[in-house]
Amino acid sequence: MAALLEVKNLVKKYKTVTAIDGASFSVEKGVCFGLLGPNGAGKTTTIEVIEDVIPPTAGEILYKGRPRTVSFKDEIGIQFQTTSLLSFLTVRETLETFQNLYRKAADIDNLVELCHLSEFQHQYNDKISGGQRQRFLLAMALINRPELLFLDEPSTGLDPQARRNLWDLIQQIKKEGKTIILTTHYMEEAQHLCNEIAIMDYGKIIARGTPQKLIKQHSPEMTVVLPLQSVNHSLENLPLPYRRVHDTIEIKTNDVNSCLDLLLSQRVNLSDLTVRSPSLESVFLNLTGRQLRE
Amino acid sequence: MSFRRFWTMFKARNREFFRDRAAFGWNFLFPFLIVAGFGVIFGAKSYTEYKIGLFPHEAVTVTPADPRIPNGLRKLRYTKFIGIPTKSEGLDKLKHHKIDFLLKLGNPPYDYYVSDASPKGYVIEQMFTLSLIPPDFKTGAQKKEIQGNAIRYLDWLFPGILAMNMMFSALWGVGYVVVRYRKNGVLKRLKVTPLSAFEYLSAQALSRIFLLMFTLVVVWLGCDFIFSFTVLGSYADLFLIFFLGSTSMTALGLVLASRGTSEEFTTGILNFISWPMMFLSEVWFSLEGAPQWVKAASRIFPLTHILTAVRKIMHDGAGLMEVSVEIAILTLMTLAFLVLGAVMFSWNK
Repeated sequence: MAALLEVKNLVKKYKTVTAIDGASFSVEKGVCFGLLGPNGAGKTTTIEVIEDVIPPTAGEILYKGRPRTVSFKDEIGIQFQTTSLLSFLTVRETLETFQNLYRKAADIDNLVELCHLSEFQHQYNDKISGGQRQRFLLAMALINRPELLFLDEPSTGLDPQARRNLWDLIQQIKKEGKTIILTTHYMEEAQHLCNEIAIMDYGKIIARGTPQKLIKQHSPEMTVVLPLQSVNHSLENLPLPYRRVHDTIEIKTNDVNSCLDLLLSQRVNLSDLTVRSPSLESVFLNLTGRQLRE
Repeated sequence: MSFRRFWTMFKARNREFFRDRAAFGWNFLFPFLIVAGFGVIFGAKSYTEYKIGLFPHEAVTVTPADPRIPNGLRKLRYTKFIGIPTKSEGLDKLKHHKIDFLLKLGNPPYDYYVSDASPKGYVIEQMFTLSLIPPDFKTGAQKKEIQGNAIRYLDWLFPGILAMNMMFSALWGVGYVVVRYRKNGVLKRLKVTPLSAFEYLSAQALSRIFLLMFTLVVVWLGCDFIFSFTVLGSYADLFLIFFLGSTSMTALGLVLASRGTSEEFTTGILNFISWPMMFLSEVWFSLEGAPQWVKAASRIFPLTHILTAVRKIMHDGAGLMEVSVEIAILTLMTLAFLVLGAVMFSWNK
């Protein structure tokens, strides 16, 4: 399938910082592409360069196989990580205002219904809750029926209910065939929504693929977790490599059955044992490390 | 250029202005309060310019009818007499400029005290000493009346207040607001839409000009209803000059709006421009007699040219031809500001 968007050797340098260091990736039409990375990895800068908010230092960005033209702005929808809107306008008036800025326009009543805005559509746009605001900003990003949608950490700061609600909404938008580029540092969100993922760190793309492929490549092992007290007496004799995490020990294994047999042979009490499947989070931590970035 | 996009932003900005009740009310109330305040001060007979202390006097308030006040002082207008019990209290008040002149009550030759640092004290001193010269020794002088209608100070001040309000509203309403929008990300959100910088800035500017003229008309009608100002020239000419003035001020606002994300810095720049403009453009007082360089400096401000033209039309009945120099200067300034603002404008920084 032809790529809707291609990013080639993108570089963005500030005076002393290189925010993007030769990032390359492509996004196919109809997929939800997740750009993951720790804080300060360069995710937001990357999508803001693609959105034409800031100019790149070097590199090439192709949309539908060609450099972006003036009409690019008409074909994309954007939800920024943080944004303010024109003051003293209601939610509906803000949607109407932005609708008038584009050639193509979505039906506002449909958007109000899709994003569940009806309850607060006549309130001022700065007098709504965090969850309402994210749904409203998503509706704004959809106001021009975009082919390519950018969502920059759309669920940051939301409570679990509001986050689930937003995910359902994004799933619905995905079903309509729109291409989505999503940045997040919630691994669960990426695993739930994205067909393809690129992990970014220090301005570089360090891994790419489907969530399943990334897990298989970078963190294929299951994790067996046991309370420390269950193994305390036989810790020295444990025949497996383990890692102590607070009051538990974690054992990585590709073969859970053999691992459990070995533990039983050492008379380890398995009553409080838990087994964790490999996840995107472990991939992320394996690739980007555990040290605090900010 | 899309008219639809321009019109959308024009409407959005107007809604913001009309719905921000506090700022909206203040835009009308501020000039009205100043004009009304000066109307009360200068219209009332009790207006005081000079304060004369009298000692020893037991009462604080002294009327001019008090027989102990020398005749020459009693007849002076715009004076207020203040009774002071002792000399030392009187000297203290004089030292701190609470009074302009201190006189010891009694018979001639009078003892008086005046501060060399007080210009008003000097004037009173001259008037007092002149009043003591017997009429026979005074050389003759004949009072001639000003030809035509007398211009009240309020008539002279009123266009200054309106134009000053226009200046503040244009500079802050465009300059400050756009910088705030740049700082909080509104401009970034608009930049990623098809809206062009020209459409956005022209909507901001025309919305502000519309609001300035709307405010002007409302405040004019309100003040005129109470104080009935004299306009010898044409109202249409006056409107045209104010329109041109609001355009040039708004264009200056666009220059200030073109860059920057710091509201504090922009506030500093706005004050740096607006305060000298207010004092040097003859809003409050005439620069007649001021040093030549001050007069020359005042000509760099559009407000000076707006007020010169408006006052010529209002008070001298001038037509557009007679204010053509001011019109030309304001037009050139407007064009220069627009070009500068457009060249410098950045959505991001």
